[in-house]
Amino acid sequence: MQYLLLIYDKEADWNKLSEADQGAMYKEYGEFTQSIIQSGHHKTGHQLQPISTATTVRVRDKKRVVTDGPFAETKEQLGGFYMIEAKDLDDAIAVAARIPSARYGSIEVRPIVVHNRP
Amino acid sequence: MDIERIFREESGRILATLIRLLGSFDLAEEVLQEAFTAALDQWPREGMPSNPRAWLVSTAQHKGIDLLRRSAHFDSKREELQKIAALKQQLAGASDDMPYSDRTRDDSSDADPFDDDRLRLIFTCCHPALAQDAQVALTLRTLCGLTTDEIARGFLVPLPTMAQRLVRAKQKIRDAGIPYQVPPEQELAGRLEAVLLVIYLVFNEGYSANSGDTAIRHELCAEAIRMGRILCRLLPSQTEARALFALMLLHDSRRNARSGQNGETILLEEQDRNLWNREQIQEGLALVESALRDGPAGPYALQAAIAAVHARAGRAEETDWRQIVALYRLLLQVQPSPVVELNHAAAVAMAEGPAAGLSLLDGLETKIELREYYLLPSARGDLLRRLGRWSDASTSYRRALSLAPNAAARTFLSHRLAEMESKT
Repeated sequence: MQYLLLIYDKEADWNKLSEADQGAMYKEYGEFTQSIIQSGHHKTGHQLQPISTATTVRVRDKKRVVTDGPFAETKEQLGGFYMIEAKDLDDAIAVAARIPSARYGSIEVRPIVVHNRP
Repeated sequence: MDIERIFREESGRILATLIRLLGSFDLAEEVLQEAFTAALDQWPREGMPSNPRAWLVSTAQHKGIDLLRRSAHFDSKREELQKIAALKQQLAGASDDMPYSDRTRDDSSDADPFDDDRLRLIFTCCHPALAQDAQVALTLRTLCGLTTDEIARGFLVPLPTMAQRLVRAKQKIRDAGIPYQVPPEQELAGRLEAVLLVIYLVFNEGYSANSGDTAIRHELCAEAIRMGRILCRLLPSQTEARALFALMLLHDSRRNARSGQNGETILLEEQDRNLWNREQIQEGLALVESALRDGPAGPYALQAAIAAVHARAGRAEETDWRQIVALYRLLLQVQPSPVVELNHAAAVAMAEGPAAGLSLLDGLETKIELREYYLLPSARGDLLRRLGRWSDASTSYRRALSLAPNAAARTFLSHRLAEMESKT
């Protein structure tokens, strides 16, 4: 069976960590990721950029409504996901707006963290 | 040799191009600043260059290349080299064929090689993925060249807050991949809405009596009008842009008649129309007519049409209120809102008598959006006053006074209240 593992934590706490501690965490993640690749569990996974980079997309009355910020409705719940490759945010928004549920709910568009290789 | 003036006029244009060439708002600002510093150092000594704009651009580009070489902003060496090559190419082509003109602040009708970049900049600053206050701040900072301090004072926000707002906006543009481009044709009208809203917000902030600093308020209106003019020139087929420009001109034409000697508000019907700026009115009226002729009547076109009816009346008594009522009815269809309904009611009162207006106002009492809006009880007080119902009018004026947002409104309402109380 396939499962989605969603990581929730406090951005503020992560930001308070020293560079050394963050580095240690990344190392742990790297080891964990490797291990589940080995065991055949891994499909895909990424760190997301903070919510300050998020954009929410809805389509109401055929009109696209784009707002700054992460999804924040209390009456809507996470129902699905896509991981896409897009030229830029406009391209990503255009794709998000075509998701059928954009007409009833909200699509949060968040860029992933790209780790530079030295 | 007015260097400050040249910097202010050119900074929006040059920054727009630098952002495209350097791929970053921060880099572009840094480089522009270095170019200005160099100009301040060299021009007084060596005299003004024959083409100051080209000088600034080429200096900025040189400094941009230096900066690119020194900084570690890229994922790969290859990307860095590509950027430098692009800059050098621009440099080779740019300086010689850049036209020089001694234009005044408000741009003329000649095409400008910086136009495309400026359009890119406007649409990027007003991208819907940015919070609206960020859109406003970024537009004023980059397109208009206002300092962070001026923007903070204009909007009555502490300087560090405004500075943070700008930092975050630029970070989002960079980190979320907001592209530096003009939206494609099919999205242009929709995206333009956000741009027009930003411009109108800037104008209203300058036009309203909320902010304390008079000089800054004038500056905001002037910048909004300037942006409106540029936008019309860059997007001639967009009639709502034309209409917004007309609307701002028509409002601004009354600037000198709006305040009394002690800063008190003078209502439209009491203004000395000889103080209205006839040139702005002429320009505004022509633009409204052309906007209504060339395109569908959108919200700005209708608001501008209403302002035009007022502008055409030589005296307040000559105002065609029935026209205004009809226009408000149309506006309610395209932009229904409690505030528009309020204005509609006030117009009905003028066209059909206070009683007709009052019954419409009754219907608005339940609107949540108007609960704390001082103009609702103020309008009610006004209509009751015209019906001679002094003590009822007092009650309404008192309520309005308690909700008044600024000194000018308080002064005006206090006078009315005193008038009513002297009659009861």
